[in-house]
Amino acid sequence: MRRFALISIPYLWLLALFLVPFAIVLKISLSDVALARPPYMPQFDWATGLWAFLSELDFENFVWLTQDDLYWKAYLSSLQIAFFSTLLTLLAGYPIAYGMARAPEEWRATLMMLVILPFWTSFLIRVYAWMGILSNEGFLNQALLWLGVINEPLTILNTNTAVYIGVVYTYLPFMILPIYAALERMDDSLIEAAEDLGCSRLSAFWLVTVPLSKSGIVAGCFLVFIPTLGEFVIPSLLGGSDTLMIGKVLWEEFFSNRDWPVASAVAVVLLLLLIVPIVLFQRNQQKQQEAEQ
Amino acid sequence: MTLPVFEPWNDPEAKPLIEFQNVTKRFGDFTAIDDLTIGIYEREFFALLGPSGCGKTTLMRMLAGFETPTEGKIFLSGQDIAPVPPNKRAVNMMFQSYALFPHLSIWDNIAFGLKREGQSKAEIETRVSDMLRLTRLEKFARRKPHQISGGQRQRVALARSLAKAPKLLLLDEPLGALDKKLRQDTQFELMDIQEKTGTTFVIVTHDQEEAMTVASRVAVMDNGKIIQVATPADIYEAPNSTYVADFIGDVNLIEGTVKPTGDATYALHWREGAEPLTVKTATGFSDGQTAHLAIRPEKVTISAERPDGADNAVEGKVLDIAYLGNISTYHVELPSGVVIKAQTANTRRISRRAFTWEDTVWLSWTATAGVLLAD
Repeated sequence: MRRFALISIPYLWLLALFLVPFAIVLKISLSDVALARPPYMPQFDWATGLWAFLSELDFENFVWLTQDDLYWKAYLSSLQIAFFSTLLTLLAGYPIAYGMARAPEEWRATLMMLVILPFWTSFLIRVYAWMGILSNEGFLNQALLWLGVINEPLTILNTNTAVYIGVVYTYLPFMILPIYAALERMDDSLIEAAEDLGCSRLSAFWLVTVPLSKSGIVAGCFLVFIPTLGEFVIPSLLGGSDTLMIGKVLWEEFFSNRDWPVASAVAVVLLLLLIVPIVLFQRNQQKQQEAEQ
Repeated sequence: MTLPVFEPWNDPEAKPLIEFQNVTKRFGDFTAIDDLTIGIYEREFFALLGPSGCGKTTLMRMLAGFETPTEGKIFLSGQDIAPVPPNKRAVNMMFQSYALFPHLSIWDNIAFGLKREGQSKAEIETRVSDMLRLTRLEKFARRKPHQISGGQRQRVALARSLAKAPKLLLLDEPLGALDKKLRQDTQFELMDIQEKTGTTFVIVTHDQEEAMTVASRVAVMDNGKIIQVATPADIYEAPNSTYVADFIGDVNLIEGTVKPTGDATYALHWREGAEPLTVKTATGFSDGQTAHLAIRPEKVTISAERPDGADNAVEGKVLDIAYLGNISTYHVELPSGVVIKAQTANTRRISRRAFTWEDTVWLSWTATAGVLLAD
């Protein structure tokens, strides 16, 4: 009985904060847009009953998503941006994590602190700061002009490049921390053993270090990929009008078009898209836990 | 038929496989290895023995290539190995932690070094199955390291380090993680494998029993220096210093001044009023020199009456008895307060033990039983 009570707490939590809101969104996605408050039909009415209410729901909005090419283009473009951002974050994050794990013991806590430090400032403010750095009159262009590297200011802000910079910057700690955790656990004598058995430094890295940090790499990639796919703030602040991301589309449907049913349908499809990587991520974590036992 | 005795270190013609020439290794201010010169011969099972921090692991890591000497040279088959990186040396190491690759199966662990050499698939197959047979691991080839026991892991580590048929195999406390019974079995297995493969083994250990069991020669180290290199029997019976005598096994050390009394015979005056002890030794001592008599407890006989014709006999009281099952060690206090240990085999059952606490007993030993060591 007590065990049941303990288990029920997280389940109630999920029910109240995930399943119920999801049911509401799903219901809205099956409704029709209406000039009303809230701006969709039908509303549940005790007088007509449940059946009359359900019979008015349909999949019209989902059909609409397939008809207008904006949506699938936005999904594809989001997938593409999320994929390449994850790759870039991995390329930037792995050497940092590696350096941290190889650093002298007494330095590691400080380095870890430095990685986490940006979280102490609001995410929004940090993205705004990037606008100041990347704009045509921004710090970066001024510095490059002053150094004589360029003659004309570079247009970075309001392009996809700025989105990539923003995403890599924002999600870098999520990549570094799991990889660092995997590398730090690794026994140094494994590398010595690999060298002893005929590996060069580089092949020891590829044959031992990388496979042993695989779980950290996979975890880091999912931790970056999943939130980037639905990212809204970074593309709308740093991206341009041609930056197509599903989070931005969703926001516009909700607030500019006030088309809640279509926006909800976009959200439901996004969730379904995310389930695949989330399940894969869970399996990776589980496998890692089993391996540690 | 007499078997030829294996002792290349006594053969002036033999060239050592490994030669350390005045090797010194410093880490900052700390001198780990201090001007060390030694030769290790082919097919030897050489043990480096010493307390932790004596430099034995540093010595081994220099052979493997993970450390380079600050001064001096190391030769392997006559070639200076200082510029050779670890992955190019015909030396393999078995790590204390075994350092098995957790992401690879036992088979792949053993094949790891062979694959780096670019051997053909068929060659690798044969070599790995040979190694698996040698270490009796055939059944576990497909398992991962975390799916086998500590003793099996130890054998995988050995198989992996032997797979490349190195000229020299280094073993860093190879049996440290095993329990005593398994350790003893494995010691004999190691000797067996060493004999079968004919590889030169250098083992680092702090366990003197292990060193004595497996090694053809033992080097006792302290503070970065080798104090004595000799066969286990010589180390035990003829230690060259009180440090070695004390480090290996149990010993009584009696300090006194030496007086020559005849041909290679000395009297050791060790306590005011006590009868001097008679010692025979080939080593020369001058009159009045201070020295220690090192005598092993099992060479001291314990009896109720003063034995007739004993070279040395002292009377004392049983202070303590350490009962180990097969043997008992008696701690006997002499009137001067000196405690001498005597060991006897328990050939009779404990209820029929001849001596007990507070008994007055006589301890005796012959003139050649102990070793006289100059300070």
